[in-house]
Amino acid sequence: MDQFTINLLFVGASFALYIGIAIWARAGSTSEFYAAGRGVHPVMNGMATAADWMSAASFISMAGLIAFVGYDNSTFLMGWTGGYVLLALLLAPYLRKFGKFTVSEFIGDRFYSSTARLVAVICLIVASVTYVIGQMTGVGVAFGRFLEVSNTTGLLIGACVVFAYAVFGGMKGVTYTQVAQYVVLIMAYTIPAVFISLQLTGNPIPGLGLFGEHTASGEPLLAKLDAILKELGFSEYTTHNGDTFNMVLFTLSLMIGTAGLPHVIMRFFTVPKVSDARWSAGWALVFIALLYLTAPAVGAMARLNITDMFWPNGTDGEAVTIEQIETDPRYDWMANWQKTGLLGWEDKNGDGKIQYYNDKSDAMAAKAAEKGWAGNELTNFNRDILVLANPEIANLPGWVIGLVAAGGLAAALSTAAGLLLAISSAVSHDLIKGSINPNISEKGELLSARIAMAVAIGVATYLGLNPPGFAAQTVALAFGLAAASIFPALMMGIFSKKINNSGAVAGMLAGLVVTLLYIFLHKGWFFIPGTNSFTDADPLLGTVKSTSFGAIGAAVNFGVAYLVAGMTKETPQEIKDLVESVRIPRGAGAAQDH
Amino acid sequence: MADHSTTSAQASDAQAGYWKANVRIILISLVIWALVSFGFGIVLRPMLSGIAVGGTDLGFWFAQQGSILVFLALIFFYAWRMNKLDAEFGVDEE
Repeated sequence: MDQFTINLLFVGASFALYIGIAIWARAGSTSEFYAAGRGVHPVMNGMATAADWMSAASFISMAGLIAFVGYDNSTFLMGWTGGYVLLALLLAPYLRKFGKFTVSEFIGDRFYSSTARLVAVICLIVASVTYVIGQMTGVGVAFGRFLEVSNTTGLLIGACVVFAYAVFGGMKGVTYTQVAQYVVLIMAYTIPAVFISLQLTGNPIPGLGLFGEHTASGEPLLAKLDAILKELGFSEYTTHNGDTFNMVLFTLSLMIGTAGLPHVIMRFFTVPKVSDARWSAGWALVFIALLYLTAPAVGAMARLNITDMFWPNGTDGEAVTIEQIETDPRYDWMANWQKTGLLGWEDKNGDGKIQYYNDKSDAMAAKAAEKGWAGNELTNFNRDILVLANPEIANLPGWVIGLVAAGGLAAALSTAAGLLLAISSAVSHDLIKGSINPNISEKGELLSARIAMAVAIGVATYLGLNPPGFAAQTVALAFGLAAASIFPALMMGIFSKKINNSGAVAGMLAGLVVTLLYIFLHKGWFFIPGTNSFTDADPLLGTVKSTSFGAIGAAVNFGVAYLVAGMTKETPQEIKDLVESVRIPRGAGAAQDH
Repeated sequence: MADHSTTSAQASDAQAGYWKANVRIILISLVIWALVSFGFGIVLRPMLSGIAVGGTDLGFWFAQQGSILVFLALIFFYAWRMNKLDAEFGVDEE
């Protein structure tokens, strides 16, 4: 069987499974559509949350980000998991006790202000739409490489599948599909990692292999990797090269942003009890950690394998020849990925060999001159292909590659569905029922939720096909907005009775405006190239990059909210009572509707 | 009437005690949360560089694995501790 047929089988079987689940779990009421009837077991909910959270960025990009930078990109590992501590301790149990359907509904009720609710809805929709574009482009890339169809066809197939289970099943359909998608994606991520860890270190657990011994050299794996990279002029894998303050701030921004992303928060509305919401956050992190503890091993081991590919005779020996790349089956992956334009090499000095080294390093200049090298000849290695190409690089069997294809699609589709659900509930529940037509019937609201979802899928597909040039930067925007506006408002709503309507609205707007301003000053106004006044290499405030600003935006939000609340009318008694009731678990009971 | 107001005053006292205890547990947990990630993983890493772990040092381990394991322990500890606290103060779900 050829690789194409294997990929088709794996992807086809996983899609058939998702559709089957969708037919089984059709939502009949708004409670089922928005919160899966609040009947999801905490372990199942944890699994669904993990699939919801782990997007194309976690599955496809993160190991590559770590592999080519090393220690400094540990920020993603800590940031994207540490947010769950904030969620579990500061938000999840109280929002479940509140017992409504959307994040903006809590903000609107707690701050007795339709303005606050509207600001929250706008932040939520902007954050979710920007985030979903990345997922849709991810779906297109994975299809393009593995099923050899065009990006457009791949994207349309993906959109139809999401449509089927998200529009009909709502949160109920999405939850159970996400459980299945989690199983697919975690197997696809860990199985190749186990194989590679066995090859390199003899240890079947990649997370332990990372700190184990490199069998071929007898040295510790990370020491070996540091030594090889140093010889090729790259910075050592385990050393800290960037700015410490920015690293702390970036990690904190990722954590606060994670805890403020609405599609993650709303998953905690689906469990039966307050105590379940606490456990569920723990289970979510268990299932996330299975991937996140493996990712640094995948990164380091892939980096080692890649250097080894280009220097088969060691870094002191001769580089790989073009003839070998073209004829040796071990190097077939290079030709496969070259076709996608994400990998490229060029024999600059015409010696028939491909030298891979850091030509920007001064220390390497002398060696290169002596050996007659004319610059790094691995001219293009897109970091995003690392995880997808990894099984081919390590020469693993064809079914592993098929599994990775299905896993990448599962990661992108599950996150897209969660985001689309957040968007559709914001539109139908907060905008239509909350402001435009409060007397809408349950049936009418369900219909409008489905229409909103269908429109959102259409918009996301269009943006996936015609990605705005700023697609990569917008993820920073999504995290910045979540960190600077949504998280502080929710936290203050629970932990401080002093914050009143004016304080909350002023705080959210202030956090939002400074964060947007800082991002636009560095990335260009509305991301239009050339309109920026600063760059992230030389930022406005010391070493603070625009991607790290979310934490400062959150601090501004807190500060302004306290100042304004101190100067304006006190919170009314019935709202103080609401806060008291949210703080204790007793009486959570069944879902409350209006 | 008198009885009713006494019980509700007691109830709100108990509730204040419950909330104070909860905030204390949260604060302790967040100190640990910050110490392992921002502390051991980033700022304090140079101080831990003498402790070798598998080809590198303890700070690197905390940044790439240790902090995640501690986060997990914290969330499960909090869930267990709070469920106990709910029962102690009689505010658990029936």
